[in-house]
Amino acid sequence: MLKIENLSVSHGAIRALHEISFNVEKGQLAAVIGANGAGKTTLLRTLSGLNKASHGLAQWNDHNILHAKPEALVRHGISHVSEGKSVIPELTVSENLELGALWRRNKKEAAKSKQEVVELFPRLGERLSQRADSLSGGERQMLAIGRSIMSKPELLLLDEPSLGLAPLVIEQIFQAIRDLTTAMGLTVLLVEQNAMGALKIADIGIVLNLGSIAATGSATALRDDPAVRAAYLGF
Amino acid sequence: MFNFINTLLIGITAGSIYSLMAIAIVLVWRSTRVVNFAAGGLALASSFVGAAVLETTGSFWVALPLAMIAGALFSAFIEYFFLRPLLKRSGGKGEEIFLPIIATLGLLGIIKAILNYIYGDRVGSLPPPLSDKGFIVSGQSIALSPMRILILGTVLVLMAFLTLIFQRTNLGLSLRASSFAPEISRLAGIRVDLIRTVGWAISGAAGATAGILQTTNGSGSIAPESFEFSLLLVFGFVAAVIGGIESLIGAVVGGLTLGIVLAIILMYVGGSLVFFAAFLILILVLLLRPHGIIGVKGGRRA
Repeated sequence: MLKIENLSVSHGAIRALHEISFNVEKGQLAAVIGANGAGKTTLLRTLSGLNKASHGLAQWNDHNILHAKPEALVRHGISHVSEGKSVIPELTVSENLELGALWRRNKKEAAKSKQEVVELFPRLGERLSQRADSLSGGERQMLAIGRSIMSKPELLLLDEPSLGLAPLVIEQIFQAIRDLTTAMGLTVLLVEQNAMGALKIADIGIVLNLGSIAATGSATALRDDPAVRAAYLGF
Repeated sequence: MFNFINTLLIGITAGSIYSLMAIAIVLVWRSTRVVNFAAGGLALASSFVGAAVLETTGSFWVALPLAMIAGALFSAFIEYFFLRPLLKRSGGKGEEIFLPIIATLGLLGIIKAILNYIYGDRVGSLPPPLSDKGFIVSGQSIALSPMRILILGTVLVLMAFLTLIFQRTNLGLSLRASSFAPEISRLAGIRVDLIRTVGWAISGAAGATAGILQTTNGSGSIAPESFEFSLLLVFGFVAAVIGGIESLIGAVVGGLTLGIVLAIILMYVGGSLVFFAAFLILILVLLLRPHGIIGVKGGRRA
């Protein structure tokens, strides 16, 4: 279980997150929605060790994850796909995938993970030897998620996977995220501007507003909440 | 024609040594985005180690690898104890970008001062291990000697080895990924800090080899204020910039181009213009092809 209590994060004098608390049960897909500047990206970056928390608590499976380095957290099953198609354009698709599994000792299992990724995203399988900058936006997002799966994650932190993608592609990516959560028993924290799409596939939702939690609840309840609808879903 | 081929051979030999120095500079640039002026000092210090080993054991074949190991250790030491804390603190914003550059200049001065203190007026001796008399072809001596073949062979073997490491091993993939996208690499589980130290170590070994070969190909002796090493550092930088500073292949192309052009000028125009020509090439490349002669605008080679 992911447990967050009174977590605060500041960037210099600016308070990005203020005393936020919520839990995500194992196997749940949680959507974190909110406007630009609400602190969604900061939340993910803090959980993956890229940003430092000012105070508060964040635990994954009862272990404190604050103040650990990202490269250490990956080894404890926490994988973060950062904003904006987090792939390395100069490397091939295959190299981008292998990157996620370099730290794993068991090379046979790593090879099996690669097989799983290719089965999940056949388009990547056809382009293994191409450079990542030859991929379309949707394919790059698949590659970023694929690289994350190569790290055999238990907790997946996804930052705006829909950013800059065409509506049809967004639907595919969201469906893939839902399928993979269920199939691999992952716990997922999905940060999204596309609130409607995210709440459609999520189990629970967390609404952030200016660094504080505005609402939490089951994804269906939030979708029906008039205040949330008006503020974030646009109807 | 005969003269021209000899000039080419001289240029290629010198150029291959500049290539190694350029590789040392490119490796550090790629792994930490630092312009490493200390590379010249590190090459000098490791060449002194090589000279000391040669004096003790009498064998060039022991001296070269030990000098490379010394170079790797010196370089890793500097990265770990000086550059890493400095980069952590400066964060690379605004005028702070210049801090590491000034720091490496300072380190170059410190290394030279330490060598001066240890060696004073004494010189280290690194004579050619093989004959540097040119082979005789149809009655004339050509500019290809067993020693030159050794230099070219060493450089070729090192390049092949580096290419193999960079393109075919997990370490190479980590080195490339960390230089292109450190944050993504960390999120993928790569210990980027450690990989950077390894990058500096490989750079140190390449620089040490360049230093030893430069000395054996030149005067055969080194002093703390060696002119040959100042040349090596300057030409290594020019070669790295000609090659686009990002690419190992570029460093080799840059080094060979510079070596050949300078040899031609030395032979047909005159020695006094060699420096002028080197900097003219540098400025022309910066003005006309700022991404290097094989570089692609906005693109980087893996």
